[in-house]
Amino acid sequence: MINVFWAFVKKEWYHIIRDKRTLLILFGMPVAQVLLFGYAISTEFKGAEIDVLDYAQDESSVQLIHHLQSSGHFTLHNILTSEQEMEKGFKEGTTKLVAVIPRDFDKELFNGQPITLQLITDGSDPNNANTLVQYATTMLNDFQREQLSMRSTPFQIRVESRMLYNPQLVSAYTFIPGTIALILLIVCAMLTSLTIAKEKELGTMEILLVSPLPPLVIILGKVTPYAVLAFIDAVLILLLGYFVFKVPVLGSVALLLFCCLLYVLVGLSLGTLISTRSSSQQQAMMSSLMGLMMPSLILSGFIFPLSSMPGILQLIGQIIPATYFIEILKGIMLRGVGLQFVYLEILVLLGMVMVLLAFAWKNFNVRLQ
Amino acid sequence: MPAIVVDHIHKSYGDVIALNDLSFTVEDGELFGLIGPDGAGKSTLFRILTTLLLADSGTAYVVGHHVVEAYKAIRKKVGYMPGRFSLYQDLSVEENLSFFATIFGTTIRENYDLVKDIYVQLEPFKTRPAGKLSGGMKQKLALCCALIHKPEVLFLDEPTTGVDAVSRVEFWDMLKKLKQKGIAILVSTPYMDEATRCDRIALIQKGKILSLDSPDEMVANFGKPLYAVKTPQIYQALMVLRNAGFTHSALPFGECIHLTTNLSLNASEIRDYMEQKGIAVEEVQPIDASVEDIFLNLSQTAESQRQ
Repeated sequence: MINVFWAFVKKEWYHIIRDKRTLLILFGMPVAQVLLFGYAISTEFKGAEIDVLDYAQDESSVQLIHHLQSSGHFTLHNILTSEQEMEKGFKEGTTKLVAVIPRDFDKELFNGQPITLQLITDGSDPNNANTLVQYATTMLNDFQREQLSMRSTPFQIRVESRMLYNPQLVSAYTFIPGTIALILLIVCAMLTSLTIAKEKELGTMEILLVSPLPPLVIILGKVTPYAVLAFIDAVLILLLGYFVFKVPVLGSVALLLFCCLLYVLVGLSLGTLISTRSSSQQQAMMSSLMGLMMPSLILSGFIFPLSSMPGILQLIGQIIPATYFIEILKGIMLRGVGLQFVYLEILVLLGMVMVLLAFAWKNFNVRLQ
Repeated sequence: MPAIVVDHIHKSYGDVIALNDLSFTVEDGELFGLIGPDGAGKSTLFRILTTLLLADSGTAYVVGHHVVEAYKAIRKKVGYMPGRFSLYQDLSVEENLSFFATIFGTTIRENYDLVKDIYVQLEPFKTRPAGKLSGGMKQKLALCCALIHKPEVLFLDEPTTGVDAVSRVEFWDMLKKLKQKGIAILVSTPYMDEATRCDRIALIQKGKILSLDSPDEMVANFGKPLYAVKTPQIYQALMVLRNAGFTHSALPFGECIHLTTNLSLNASEIRDYMEQKGIAVEEVQPIDASVEDIFLNLSQTAESQRQ
């Protein structure tokens, strides 16, 4: 029986290496996705163009304008002379933020009052607008503190916040775990369900069934190559993250790989389950895209935080394997925690494997109907 | 027990009756043909006998095993070639064959003598992907793969559909050789001219057996005089003949009309009758029935009985 199994694996291997599309999904997609998330979908920004409407036009306001540009996050685009000109920049898309400096800016600054400086942003891109306002506010506070300290006002309360585990708020730290979760799901669940559905569609399943092969060997033979490839993908993404985006693995690498393996099993059992339910590749593709990819992308806490979603979506998020896997990855990679902090998530994934395998087993048909 | 026993098999898909009370047996070393048009229920029967489908009622045995209870035993002993080409298109000829040999727990070398005659023709193309073979070569490869584990019964569902005339003849020659090795073969085909290559045939239509016998017996028992009428006015001639009192059936047959009559007539009597009705007649000739004549006559009778 072991010979039969290897013959099956070999056959599956031929299918994979002779199909350019599968190869592209296997190795092109992880690289492309990591690089895309890394460079394109970054929440950091540099050199955002701003306009300033300066009513004060004194020494302090000029210093403030210099200060705003000093970090490299903002570059001055235009000095405005009246309110009417404000919208022009937004409409042309050249300006991201307008800072309006009030007439008595100087006085407020040195009385130690909070500065009432008006910041106007383009609300059609709320994420960006928020980030800009945050940066600008931080810089204004810095500016005020600097000015005051030069005049030696005795008592000051300084708030210093620190972001643990990701002090620079590097977005790569969150997308590397998410990308691993997504790619493993695509390789394991989607490609496996596709390859089994393909045998049904082309009629080869008919011949395989009319042979002494036990169903278990058929399934194992089909999924084993994908399990190995998925594992290679996981390592590839970790390496890309480490060398290109400097995402560390603080915890145990062995534990990390073990969890990847567990998640691979979840994906494979999902894929097998989908394939037992679909008779064509198209059907399998739709089920895995709509049923797995979309929820894993949106409801797993990968892109949007789960805690800010309505209750029902949070519930759905909690039955998605990726939610737990991303938690585990963040724990091990970024916080460097050990088994005692992620064992609950591991148990949940183990439970999912059992349930899904039981379903797939029950659904596998030894006949055509 | 015969190699295949089909006993009152009934199968329907919703309202459509695919197989209606089918019974027959196939002996060891017999080449048995299921002859019928598309949609007659041939593939459904194959799937029931290869344990892929469950019949609604009736029982069937293959190599002495019940098709439902002992399906695992049957799957070890039969070779099955589905109606659609079902090998791995991206695997080469050799890879396909050795894969199917392995999953049946054997090797190409072990049973090489059984497939040798067919495989020598494939050998020049053994590194070519199966999807890039010609239609005839594909079917030969599929037959090889179905044979590689030395099955006791061979199920071939329309093996010659989409195959050129020369390859079809070759294919039937191969089946004859396999039969001589004691393998029972159940083969289906929509081509009536292939029926004479079988030991026995069952003519089936709409899930029912119209007739079951050896092709020679069937022809001998046709029982009605048959004439080939050649005329340039086929449509008008058909109308005239169908209204004639002596006609049992008149059917277009290529460039002729095949006419069966209820009473024995001279060819010249038919010619005179038609010319009286203003039809130009080139030739009227008494002929022997072919399987196609038999099939068309039987199916026409079955149709009229249904109405």
